[in-house]
Amino acid sequence: MSDAQPEPAPQAPLLSVHGLTVGLPSDGDRPQAVTDISFDIAPGETLCMVGESGSGKSVIGQAILGMLPSALPVLSGTIALNGDVMPPQRDMRFDAIRSTEIAMIFQDAGASLNPVRTIGGQLAEVLAVHGVPKAERRPRVLEVLRDVALPDPARIARSYPHQLSGGQAQRAVIAAALLLEPKLLIADEPTTALDVTTQAEILALIARLKAEHGLAVLFITHDFGVVAEIADRVAVMKEGVQVETGPTDEVLARPRHAYTRKLIAAITPEARRPGTTAPAPILEARGLNLTYRSGLFGGKKSVQAVKDVSLEIGKGQTIAVVGESGSGKSSLARCLLRLEEIDSGTIRFRGDEISTLQGQPLRKLRQSMQVVLQDPFSALNPRQTILSAIAEGPIIHGMPRAEAHRKAGEMIELVGLSPQAAGRYPQEFSGGQRQRICIARALALEPEVLIADEAVSALDVSIQAQILDLFADMQQRFGFAILFITHDLSVARAIADEILVMRDGEIVERGATARIFDAPAHPYTAHLLAAAPGLEMFQPESAA
Amino acid sequence: MSDVTGPVQRPQTAIPLSVKIAMAFIALFVLFALFGHALTPHGFRDTSLFDRLKPPGTEGYPLGTDARGRDLLARLVTGAQITLVVAIVGTVIGAVLGSLLGVLAAARRGRTEAVIVAAIDVQASLPIIIVALFMLAMFDNSFTLFLLLVGLNGWEVYARLMRGAALQAKEAGYVTAVRALGASPARIYLRHVLPNILNIALVQFTVNLPLTVLLETALSFLGLGVQPPLTSLGQIMSEGRDRLLTAWWLTLLPGAIIFCLALSVSMVGDWLRDRLDPTLRSES
Amino acid sequence: MTGYILSRLIRAAITMLLTVTLVFLFIRFSGDPASALVPPDAPQEVIDQYTRAMGLDQPILKQYTGYVGGILRGDFGYSIHTGLAVEDVFLDRLPFTLHLGLTALALAIAIGLPIGAIAAMRRGSALDRFVMGFSVFAFAMPNFLFGLILILTAALVFGAFLGGDSARVIWPALTLGLAAMGSFARFTRSSLLEIINAPYMRAAEARGVPFRTRLIRHAAPNAAIPLVTLIGLSLGALVAGSVVTEQVFAWPGVGQLLVRSVATRDLAQVQFLVLVVAFTMVTANLIVDFLYLLIDPRIRAT
Repeated sequence: MSDAQPEPAPQAPLLSVHGLTVGLPSDGDRPQAVTDISFDIAPGETLCMVGESGSGKSVIGQAILGMLPSALPVLSGTIALNGDVMPPQRDMRFDAIRSTEIAMIFQDAGASLNPVRTIGGQLAEVLAVHGVPKAERRPRVLEVLRDVALPDPARIARSYPHQLSGGQAQRAVIAAALLLEPKLLIADEPTTALDVTTQAEILALIARLKAEHGLAVLFITHDFGVVAEIADRVAVMKEGVQVETGPTDEVLARPRHAYTRKLIAAITPEARRPGTTAPAPILEARGLNLTYRSGLFGGKKSVQAVKDVSLEIGKGQTIAVVGESGSGKSSLARCLLRLEEIDSGTIRFRGDEISTLQGQPLRKLRQSMQVVLQDPFSALNPRQTILSAIAEGPIIHGMPRAEAHRKAGEMIELVGLSPQAAGRYPQEFSGGQRQRICIARALALEPEVLIADEAVSALDVSIQAQILDLFADMQQRFGFAILFITHDLSVARAIADEILVMRDGEIVERGATARIFDAPAHPYTAHLLAAAPGLEMFQPESAA
Repeated sequence: MSDVTGPVQRPQTAIPLSVKIAMAFIALFVLFALFGHALTPHGFRDTSLFDRLKPPGTEGYPLGTDARGRDLLARLVTGAQITLVVAIVGTVIGAVLGSLLGVLAAARRGRTEAVIVAAIDVQASLPIIIVALFMLAMFDNSFTLFLLLVGLNGWEVYARLMRGAALQAKEAGYVTAVRALGASPARIYLRHVLPNILNIALVQFTVNLPLTVLLETALSFLGLGVQPPLTSLGQIMSEGRDRLLTAWWLTLLPGAIIFCLALSVSMVGDWLRDRLDPTLRSES
Repeated sequence: MTGYILSRLIRAAITMLLTVTLVFLFIRFSGDPASALVPPDAPQEVIDQYTRAMGLDQPILKQYTGYVGGILRGDFGYSIHTGLAVEDVFLDRLPFTLHLGLTALALAIAIGLPIGAIAAMRRGSALDRFVMGFSVFAFAMPNFLFGLILILTAALVFGAFLGGDSARVIWPALTLGLAAMGSFARFTRSSLLEIINAPYMRAAEARGVPFRTRLIRHAAPNAAIPLVTLIGLSLGALVAGSVVTEQVFAWPGVGQLLVRSVATRDLAQVQFLVLVVAFTMVTANLIVDFLYLLIDPRIRAT
């Protein structure tokens, strides 16, 4: 949306942050949360603040609204709105500025609504505390709910937060922010928790509201794709320091800072070598069905998570299963791993039927099929040393303890960790390091198939790239096949030979990676591609 | 939080003074129970008609005597022994029984779980003191029966907590991963699930121990617990309560010991809980 | 929602039935119930008469259905000491226990909740530490000791005897309510601390909702949910505590009746009181479950 605006807007800035430095408690990992941050936002302008977790980007949003906790003191710098310097942090006067001049929305919209009060009640309250007469409140609430394109505003007003979907909740929260027509909207990762298609809708909504209401937006995100989509200007944050600031087109086309280049590269991977001749399948599934049932009294609920899915993975091949949340992609992984009992269908591993194996034969099979899970924080037993965790698989399958430990030591170095890591516990490692440990644990069994279930989704983008490289390296060394489950099209593009697109438990399309991206056959695939933020900017056509 | 690359060590905080005092009191109490008889030449059942109701400080009877001229110090030592044994054995019975049933319910699901959950519901609807009174009305009061009844105290809390924790641990990523490695159910439970939920039982143990002390002393105080010729701290209080105004030491001294013991154990328990599980933290 | 109500009702009914069954089994297998139910010096023909009257010569299943049927008809048996129907003896005592128990609960709520809330607001202050200290003190203080201390103090300072007199309900009620007061304070504090840091509280702050409004309109309704649970749970502790407290203060309530009946082995009276306690607790838990429906819309949806 970075349409033809004349270079730096000549207007007086709406918001001006100058030399802002915020301290951290003495036990933090650096002395300051953010250091010497300066930027202006003109009326109607969208500034994107980009950075990974821990970069201090959220601190800035809180500081503008006077909501920093006392543990994070403002050490120097000023924040001015329309040229007037803002009150000190946590000052009572902020209550009058919030919602009327500046509104803010957060990442988890569902959690930022009070679970025991209706949407309408919470919205009306914002009007009430800012002195809007009672008679005007309800019409205004319904008006903004309509404005954010929520269906049946009267019903939404009566609803409780848990009755809304993630996208609806985010719309309701945006409606709450619009109630008093503020000049600036601070949006702190508002689409991160959403599916890609919902994210696209919310981004479009924010862009429309910006145009209709002349709203300025400070958009805080970790995702350069989102930046490409909506920002007029962008500021890149790294470890509390603003490393680069400029108009979006310029930064995207000619990033000056190495870190910016790294972030941009992470969302624009080279598509992988096209699948050569299809190798003989090692894992084959035919007609898989899985239904979850729940509920004792008052009606049985059943959800068919996997519907008639067939797929095959060739030796040494990498296949990505792409889908949004609830598409059944993780259930499919659990079926193939035999962690879930399928209702019907067949699974063949090297031609042998495995879907009925139980007990010892099933456990024996497991050494050939390994898994890396999404959340590296829960995937390791907190009471087990790294060495013991990695050696456990070989020991289970009969390797003598000393040999298993030696092997685990080799794996630790192979995945890029220092040998000293062996005796430590998982708590002492970062997310990226833990994911390396999980990969080492899976590969210590020398499996022939590795199933990675959203294995990089919990990681920062620059760490994601490293872990994806590690997967590719290891695959080259050991020659296993990978089934990579992901919601993220750029990740799939970076790693897969072939892509399967899943929706509502079914595979709607499959094909070579490049073909899927260039010429999606199924409308849903096309829809997903269109929704993925920033992706179209890097399509070969637009580059040409 | 931020992606910290170095090892993260939880800072070792010093033990607060109040907890140190509580620990010292517990140690003192145990020593008193074990070796206290060395402090007095009298046996806890030796009566002396000439030395009835002597106040504390009387020569030969540093803590005074009761209505039958028995040395209160000697009686307190024996009372402390019995109270200690009942508290520890009782708490262990409840902890082991409850934890096993809880983990079993989580592991087996289905009918086993339904039966255990129903038993938890029944126990939760009957305060243990009522159950104990009912049993004591039917069966002859014996020390073994009494110990078993006290042991039932709080089993349902362990069962409920451990079932919840085990169900949660079963869904944890590391259990899925270890299952995928090919581990047997026994290995999964013994090496992965149990070590991670044992903390919860340990913390509950420190909550339950003072409650068990209070249950034992309350029943004995009612005259329905430990029976003469044996004695316990609650039983000493029970015998002395009719002379509250004239011989206060017979009730207040054992009462003070019970209170300090329960207080110390729960203070150490709170501190332990904060150390073991930051997510259950009561402070900060 | 009907599913929720139905499942709670069924669960309560099962719990009650299991309790009745257990009581029945224990009485039948604890020895000869006829000799347990009659005075120890009763002649053999009285025992035989009881055996026939109670149907003890019948098969066990028939005895069981007879027992459950009797309970459903409200036929609970007679106290061996007074010869009165056990429910009449109980009903004579009930007003005293209700008076004591409700006063104790009211005291615990009226003092425990506010001091817990203040401690949460002033977290880390001396006041907070005092409240936390008080809650540990209240937890560890045996109620019989606290009651005796109150009696002793009153006798020495005012020369008065505290007991038996319903006008002086405040002292036994304080004794009975002390433990609940401490746990209410502690629990209110921790729930409020958790709620104050919830995302929706920060979101309300970001919308310009003032502190007091956030507290009353946002924090309080959410805090009510765990507090209802806690008050429901504390009922068991109050029932258990009343047994001891009534004994200490010579309060002529149900607890005292129970202790006396156990001491004299008045089994008919004891088993009736056990069933009454179980019924009370099950009903209280049901009320708590239904209160959730009122205060938590998420449960209404299920």
